[in-house]
Amino acid sequence: MSKIAIIGGGIAGMEAAIRLSALNFEVHLIEKSFILGGHVKNWHMLFPDLSSATQLVEQQKNQLRDSVNILLGIEVIRASYTNNKYTLYFSDGSSNTFDAIILTTGFKLFPAQRKEEYGYSIYSNVITSAELEEYFQTDKPLYTKEHRIAERIAFIHCVGSRDDKVGNRYCSKVCCVTAVKQAMETARRNPGAEIYLFYMDLRMFDRQFEDLYFQAQTQYGIRFIRGRLSEVSEKPDSRLFLKFEDTLLGKPLRLTTDMLVLMVGMEPAENTGQLARLFNVPVGNDKFLLPKNLHQYRNLTNQPGIFLAGCVSGPKTIGETLTDARSAALEVYNYLNRN
Amino acid sequence: MKFDWFVIPFLAGLTFVFGFCCIKFYLWIQRLSRGEKALLKKHFFSPSLWVSIKEIFNESLLHRKIFRTNALLGYMHTSLAFGWFLLIVLGNIEVKFYSHYSVNPPYVPIFLNYFEPNTAPHFFGRGFRFLMDFLLLIILSGVALAYLKRFQPNRFGMRRTMQHQVLDKLAIISLWCIFPARLLAESFSAALYHNGSFLTNTVGKWLSFLPVDNLIYPAWWGYSIVLGIFFFSLPFSRYMHIPTEVLLIILRNAGIRSRYFNHPFQQVDIYACSRCGICIDACQLSTLGYATQPAYYLRSLRYKTQHNELTENCLLCGRCVEACPVGIFSTDIRSHERTLGHEMNSVHYNFSKNIPKQKNVEVLYFAGCMSHLVPGIKKAMTSILNQSGCSWSMLDEQETVCCGRPLLLAGQITAANQVIMHTRSLIERSHARILVTSCPICFKTFKENYRLNANVLHHSQFIKHLQDEQRIVTQRISAHVKYHDPCELGRGMNVYNEPREVLSHIAHLLPTNHEKNKSLCCGGSLGNIFIDVDSKLQIATNTLQQMDIRSADYLITACPLCQKTFSAVSPIPVKDIAQLVADNLLLANAENKNNYAMISENA
Repeated sequence: MSKIAIIGGGIAGMEAAIRLSALNFEVHLIEKSFILGGHVKNWHMLFPDLSSATQLVEQQKNQLRDSVNILLGIEVIRASYTNNKYTLYFSDGSSNTFDAIILTTGFKLFPAQRKEEYGYSIYSNVITSAELEEYFQTDKPLYTKEHRIAERIAFIHCVGSRDDKVGNRYCSKVCCVTAVKQAMETARRNPGAEIYLFYMDLRMFDRQFEDLYFQAQTQYGIRFIRGRLSEVSEKPDSRLFLKFEDTLLGKPLRLTTDMLVLMVGMEPAENTGQLARLFNVPVGNDKFLLPKNLHQYRNLTNQPGIFLAGCVSGPKTIGETLTDARSAALEVYNYLNRN
Repeated sequence: MKFDWFVIPFLAGLTFVFGFCCIKFYLWIQRLSRGEKALLKKHFFSPSLWVSIKEIFNESLLHRKIFRTNALLGYMHTSLAFGWFLLIVLGNIEVKFYSHYSVNPPYVPIFLNYFEPNTAPHFFGRGFRFLMDFLLLIILSGVALAYLKRFQPNRFGMRRTMQHQVLDKLAIISLWCIFPARLLAESFSAALYHNGSFLTNTVGKWLSFLPVDNLIYPAWWGYSIVLGIFFFSLPFSRYMHIPTEVLLIILRNAGIRSRYFNHPFQQVDIYACSRCGICIDACQLSTLGYATQPAYYLRSLRYKTQHNELTENCLLCGRCVEACPVGIFSTDIRSHERTLGHEMNSVHYNFSKNIPKQKNVEVLYFAGCMSHLVPGIKKAMTSILNQSGCSWSMLDEQETVCCGRPLLLAGQITAANQVIMHTRSLIERSHARILVTSCPICFKTFKENYRLNANVLHHSQFIKHLQDEQRIVTQRISAHVKYHDPCELGRGMNVYNEPREVLSHIAHLLPTNHEKNKSLCCGGSLGNIFIDVDSKLQIATNTLQQMDIRSADYLITACPLCQKTFSAVSPIPVKDIAQLVADNLLLANAENKNNYAMISENA
């Protein structure tokens, strides 16, 4: 029986493991943390249907059969390739040999400190979209650090995405609609609050996204301002003073808000570069791994037996990630039955 | 009067160079303003003329500054320039002993061995011959080194050399031929008449197997022709720097500076560039493959070739000016040239006439646009200023005002002046005695372009005063830090020691390979309006590698722009000096709240 290693226990890794174990392969799912579920386990609700993220992760976990060997708290340190097989050496000192490997290490969130002019980790009421999403796990309205109910909240799009100055020229794809979703949720929790979204372009590309955007404006009165935030300073009362340009009005404007939410983008996960060197897989300008081509071989790499699934090859929505993982499973199946 | 037809190429060349320089110099001086002419006149009749003469001797002949770059390179220049100079001087003295005329045509000392072949050993004769041979040997060693430099520039401390144009190559080749040609002619002469010394006699002996009788006359012709070629090509090639540098030194010491694009002093600067290529290694843009250094830029200006890219592709960090052996203010020229195209599409700033009332404070703090993008600095300065117990306010807390320098660097003078006028009136309104700024760019502008009553300090200087007067107390930490000198603060304003003193009070300050005026640019400079962000980050990465920062816990700088640029690529945390101080502040005693007379007087 062929053995397959899946590196990364997020939703892509779990989905590929489910599909491949159903095809009776011996699957080893390797996760460096002690919990499966990656980033998605921290999210509250998923766009566009506002379904539960926890439920999705739990369903996946239930589907993981007993035949999947789950290795938690373990990292790959070294790899070697002989006779069409890969030997992986793990951080716990063990090693194992596999016929195919799927890389599903996903992404990390852009560290907002690197966009220092937005004041994250300097001003107390500047938070990231990920922190807000985790906060939504509670049922409380949004409070400032001084325990005042937030009456005016600004969301800043494209923090660490489409920004030459921080070295990320690409679009992180999910933040536009996430901001709309989070703004609506905030409006539900803090009725009467003024909510502003500062965007460059709104990329509502998938089904129902545009509906969500429309609902946000008509039903929740959320204000969308086209223009980038230039700088933030903190007032003595800890409120935030924003300077920005409304590029539709063509005017520089100012706004005082209680809270600022930074829509942080995606960057390749911490060890992506290391994995690329380990398996000799090329890396794109955006530092995500490159598949063999971007059309019919999106899960293949230029190395035999090495496959990609999920955000390791660029930002994706949850739907796209799951489809990508199933597609990778099929590619692995084809590869192992090629003779 | 002695004469032979072969002196014609030399004589014609010399006359041409002399005439060309006279006309050129006259035209330049003619274009100076009345005030500048007066300065020049005053310089000629004042003791400061000696400064010029000394500098001409040191730099045009001895080339002392080149020795600082590399000893071998220095020797090469000295042997050629000073050696040739002494050869001419001694030759003229020697002629006096042989000639019956009190005044001799200029070619006689050059071709003396032809005109006076049988000179009986005079009392000084042997000595002179020995000296002339010795000088020729020195010059020939310089020529040999010049050959070697073409092939192995590394030995001369140069990683990259200049790519020369055809006319320059012709001039170089003729220069290289002059002294071997002289050696040949004088050696033939020595073989026939035994009128040489250790060098020419020996070479003459070696060559005596040749039909010397027939060859000696063509050899003198050859010597004269290469001299002629060199002189004719001189005004059009890099060697125009030889006469022009003398004029440059005089004008510079007279206090004349280039004030606008195409100012006569700037023309002198352009012609004084020897294209030695020392600026190429000094420039960090060479590592990215850009041929934009002053040697190329000035050449392009001189021959009026297309060069928009060269004007804009410059960090204005000043490393080339620091390295230039001639002392050419090439960054000024670029700034002036930028005013040309940009003024046309200049944006005009109309500020409201109603300046808001400022509260009267002792210390006015101006963070600057760049510090607003790195708010950690603002926060640090706020806690330091609060701790110091002085009355202070922040000028640009909400209404961001600009010092005007980005516009100046982009060449938009009119717009810059509007911004400067506005900001100046804001500052004056506060009646502050001290203006502290966190940004070296603003600091330089406030000092040089504003005439302020307040004492302007960079925050590193201000913190130094606070430490000295114990208005703030800091704890010592065991961390190792390296300090990066920002271009505008260091080379721009000569502030090198205060930040170092502040740092050594707090942490262990490690030395770097590029200290003080040799400091590298972070790459984030506002001065370069050509290269993209990737290139700037590449420069930042190179700089950090060369500073070898991995041995330190923190990289400390004193400029928000440097901090921002380095933070993007640094493997270790990058902090502003104010942040390190604020992080290690100890609570000071309350009695420190006396007034600020001390600082205003000391600074």
